[in-house]
Amino acid sequence: MAKEIKIKKHELVPVHEKLSEEEKKKVFQKLNVSMSQMPAILPNDPVLENLDVKPGDLIKITRNSPTAIKSVYYRVVVYG
Amino acid sequence: MTEEHVVKKVASITFGLLSPKHIKKMAVAKIVTPELYDKEGYPVDGGLMDIRLGVIDPGLRCKTCGGRLKECFGHFGYIEIARPVIHIKYIKIILDLLRSSCRDCGRVLASEEKITSHLALLEKLKKENNSKKMRIAIKDFTNGIKNVKKCPHCQAKQIKIKIEKPSTFLEDNRRINPIQMRARLEKIPDLDLVSLGLNPEAARPEWMVLTVLAIPPVTVRPSITLESGERSEDDLTHKLSDIVRINQRLFENINAGAPEIIIEDLWDLLQYHVTTFFDNNISQIPPARHRSGQPLKTLSQRIKSKEGRFRHNLAGKRVNYSARTVISPDSKIAYNEVGVPLLIAMDLTVPETVSEWNIKWLKEFIKNGPAIYPGANYIVTPDGKKRKITEETQEQILEELEPGYVVERHLINGDVSIFNRQPSLHRMSIMCHKIKVLPGRSFRLNPAVCTPYNADFDGDEMNLHVPQTEEARAEAELLMSVQQHIITPKNGLNVIGNIQDAITGNYLLTKEMEFTKEKAIDILMSIGVYNPTKFKKFGANVSGKEVFSALLPDDFDFIGQTRACKRCDKCLADKCKDHAYVRIKKGVMVSGLIDQATIGEENGSLIRALYAKYDENRGIKLLNDIFKLGIEILLRRGFTTAISDTDLPDKIKSKNKAVIDEAFAKVDDYIKKYKENKLEILPGMTAAETVEARIIEVLNKVRDKVGEAVIGNTSEHNSTMIMATSGGEGNVLNITQMAACIGQQVMRAKRVQNGYKDRTLTIFKRGDISPKAKGFVKDGFKKGLNPSEYFYSAMTGRDALMDTALRTPKSGYLYRRLANALQDLKVEYDYTVRDANHGIIQYEYGEDGLDVSKTDGGIINIKKIIKEVTQK
Repeated sequence: MAKEIKIKKHELVPVHEKLSEEEKKKVFQKLNVSMSQMPAILPNDPVLENLDVKPGDLIKITRNSPTAIKSVYYRVVVYG
Repeated sequence: MTEEHVVKKVASITFGLLSPKHIKKMAVAKIVTPELYDKEGYPVDGGLMDIRLGVIDPGLRCKTCGGRLKECFGHFGYIEIARPVIHIKYIKIILDLLRSSCRDCGRVLASEEKITSHLALLEKLKKENNSKKMRIAIKDFTNGIKNVKKCPHCQAKQIKIKIEKPSTFLEDNRRINPIQMRARLEKIPDLDLVSLGLNPEAARPEWMVLTVLAIPPVTVRPSITLESGERSEDDLTHKLSDIVRINQRLFENINAGAPEIIIEDLWDLLQYHVTTFFDNNISQIPPARHRSGQPLKTLSQRIKSKEGRFRHNLAGKRVNYSARTVISPDSKIAYNEVGVPLLIAMDLTVPETVSEWNIKWLKEFIKNGPAIYPGANYIVTPDGKKRKITEETQEQILEELEPGYVVERHLINGDVSIFNRQPSLHRMSIMCHKIKVLPGRSFRLNPAVCTPYNADFDGDEMNLHVPQTEEARAEAELLMSVQQHIITPKNGLNVIGNIQDAITGNYLLTKEMEFTKEKAIDILMSIGVYNPTKFKKFGANVSGKEVFSALLPDDFDFIGQTRACKRCDKCLADKCKDHAYVRIKKGVMVSGLIDQATIGEENGSLIRALYAKYDENRGIKLLNDIFKLGIEILLRRGFTTAISDTDLPDKIKSKNKAVIDEAFAKVDDYIKKYKENKLEILPGMTAAETVEARIIEVLNKVRDKVGEAVIGNTSEHNSTMIMATSGGEGNVLNITQMAACIGQQVMRAKRVQNGYKDRTLTIFKRGDISPKAKGFVKDGFKKGLNPSEYFYSAMTGRDALMDTALRTPKSGYLYRRLANALQDLKVEYDYTVRDANHGIIQYEYGEDGLDVSKTDGGIINIKKIIKEVTQK
C-alpha cells in the first residue's frame, strides 16, 4: 500500500502562505511593481493545495537561506 | 538638452502577405525596361535604377521624396508579370491548400459540421493563447482531409496532387499551371481558410502566386563605382534585370501570338529567375551565376547563415580604435599597465580637444606628424571635418589650430585603454589598463594578471581598445581598472595576487635574509620604494622582515596565518614554532613570514587586508611593490632548482625500497589467498573485487609513506622544497614523484585495465594482477621508468589530455547558454534583481543583498569588525 506523500510537510518545501488583499496591496506598494512583473505560480501547483487560491492571489514564500537565514519571495497565481 | 522619449508597448504584430494591390499602392514606379542607364550614363526612366526608387549618389536628390542620400530610405517599384509565377517560399503551403480544398468548388474537403467544430476548437485555443496546441490542431485537421476522394460539398471527384520539385504540381500527370493554381486558390472561401490556419485578411492564398513583383529600392542594392570608373551592379539588380528582360520577351511573344511551346518555355524561365531572385540555393535548381561562375547572392543568401545579416552584421560587429596582437610577459611593468608596441601606439589615436591651456602641448604632436613618435594623425575642425596630417598640410594646420579643434594624437604612456581576452566569460575578462609604449611587436602584460584573463603566452592574442570620449575614459578608469577587480564577486577572494618568483622571493626575504643597511636601502630604492621614516629606523644590520615592512603604511595592522599553520587548538601566536603566525603592528612585521597564503592568488589575506583598509589605487601600488620586491630579492640572491635537489641518501633509498617491497609482499599475499579461495570476502563484493580493493588499499599507502620519508629528509634550504613550502610553484607530491616513486596510475578510478586478453600488456602473463602488471610505477622520474611503466604513465597522461580536450568545449557551451540567459539581469537601486522588462527575478540580490566582492570571503565578519573598532 503506497503511503500518501504530503509534500508540504517535506523539509525542502518552503512555507507557502496566501496573503490577504490588504497585505497584497502593501507588498505591491512597497516593491512598486505591477502584477505582470511578478514571478508566477500555477493554481494547480501542489504546494497551493488547500490554500483556496484563484488567479491574482499573492503567495508569500518563506525560504531558508544559508546566508540570509530567512528570505521572503512572492509569486502571483496566474491562469493555468 | 534632453530628448523626449515616448514609450509604448507593442500590443500585437500581424504577419501577412503583400497583395498585388498593396504592392502597386506602395510602389512609386512601374519598371518596364531591363536597361539600367542611357548613353550618357543617366538612369533610364522605368529602368531598375530609376531615380524615383531612391538615391545612392551623394549630392543627388530623390525624385519621389526630395531627400538626399541617407535622408531618403528608398522607395519600392513594381513590375507586372506577364503570366503568374509561384513564390518559391510558399510552395509547401500552396500544396497543402490545394490538397485540402476541392478542385471544383474550392471548399475545404470536410463536412460542414466538422468545419464548425474545428473552428470552435481553434477559437477556444486562441482565447487561451495556446498557439502550440492551435498549430497541432490545424496540422491534424489538414492531414485528416488530404486524402478525401470526394468533395463533401459538391460531390466532385478529387485527384491526388503530386509535387515535382521544386515548383511543378501534377494532377494525374497533367501539369497544373500557375494560372489554374491561382484560380483554385481564389475559390477557397475566407472562413475555410481560417480552419486551415490562415488569416484571410492578411494572407489570401492566391497572393502566393505572384502577378506583380515588388522591386526593392536601389538603396537596398546600391551599385559601386570601381576605381576604373566602371559601375558594378549589385547581385539583386542583375537578377532583377534578368526577370524584367524575360518578362518583356514573354509579353511580346504572347501579344504576337507565338506558339504555346515557346510561351511555356519562357514562362518556365521566368519562374526560374523569380525563384532564384528569392533563393539561389534551392536543391534541384542550378544556382544562377555571375559570368565569373560564382553564384549570385540573392535575398535568402543575404539573411541566412554565418555571413548573413543576423550573424554577420547584427550579432557580430567590428570596432574601430582597437588593436590585436600576441601577448608576452613583462614582470617589470605594473599590474594595471599594458605594454603597447610602438607600431600600434602610432596607429591608434586619442582625440584631444584643443584649449588655450594645451594648445602649445598639442602643437608639438602636430609638428611631429604621423611618422614621428609621439605625433598626431588627424585633426578635426570645429565644423566636424576630419583632415589628415601630412607634410604638406602640417604647416597650414599648425597655423589655423585654435581652441575648439580636436587633435587625434598618438598613444602616450598613461593613456587609458581597455584590454580583453576571449572568451569573455567574466567581468574580469575585460579590464582597464594604463598604456605603456614599448618596443617590439607584442602586447606586454604582467604575468600576475594572466589569471583573470585565463591567458598564457603560448601564442595567445588579446584585444586593446582606446576609449574615444572623456566619459568613456572616466568610466573605464573608475569602473573597469585592474585595481577594481582584484577581489572577485564570485567568492570575495582576490583573483590577482603574487605568483611564482614573487612569492618565493618574499618568503626567503622574510624567513631568513639579512642585509647591511646600505644593501637594504639599495634593494628598496631599486624597486622604487623611498620610505625615509622606515629607513631611519634601520640599524647596521637589517632583517628581511624590516625590508618588507618598509613597503607597508605606518598605520597598518594585520594578523594572519601562513600555509604552515596547523590550526592548533591553542595558538601560540608570536611564539609559533613554524613561524605560521603573521603579525604586522603599525606597519612593522613582528612575526611570521610571507607566503602564498598571505600574498598569493585566492588566498592573499594580507592583500585583502590592504585593500580593505586603503583604497584600490593605494592597494594596487602596494601589491605592485610586494611583487617587485619578491622578484628583486630572488634576482639578487640567485635561485636555481637543480637535479641534485631530488638526491636522496642511500639510507632513505633503501628504506623506500623496503616500504615498496613490503607492500608488494602484502599484495602477493592477498593474491595468493585469492587464488586459493581463502580470502575473506568483503560484503557486497565478489572475490575479484575484494582482492582489487585490498590491493589498492595497500598501494595507495606506499606513495604517501615514501613521500613522508623523502620530505622528512629534504632540507628546508633545498630550492625545490622552498618553492613547495612557500607556495610559489609545485608541491611536495611533485618532489616525491621526482625523487622516489611515481605511484599507482589510475584510470577511471581503477588500476590500469586490461587492453589484451586478461592482461594489460603482452609482456605479462595472463591473469597477472600484481602491482607491476597493473600500472604501479615504483621508481621516480629521476631514476627513470621501465618500458611498461612508461607506457602506463603515457596512458594516464593521454587520458587526462583527452578529458580536458573533450570537456572544455562542452562546459564552455553550457556556460555560454547560462550567461546568455542571465545577461540582462540587473540589480536595481531597491536591491531587487530584474530582467529587461523590469520583471522581478529576486526580491533581494542573492537573498541577502550582499555584494560579495565587498565582503570578507562571502560573509560579513562582525566579530572582526567589532574587534577592529574597539581597539581604536
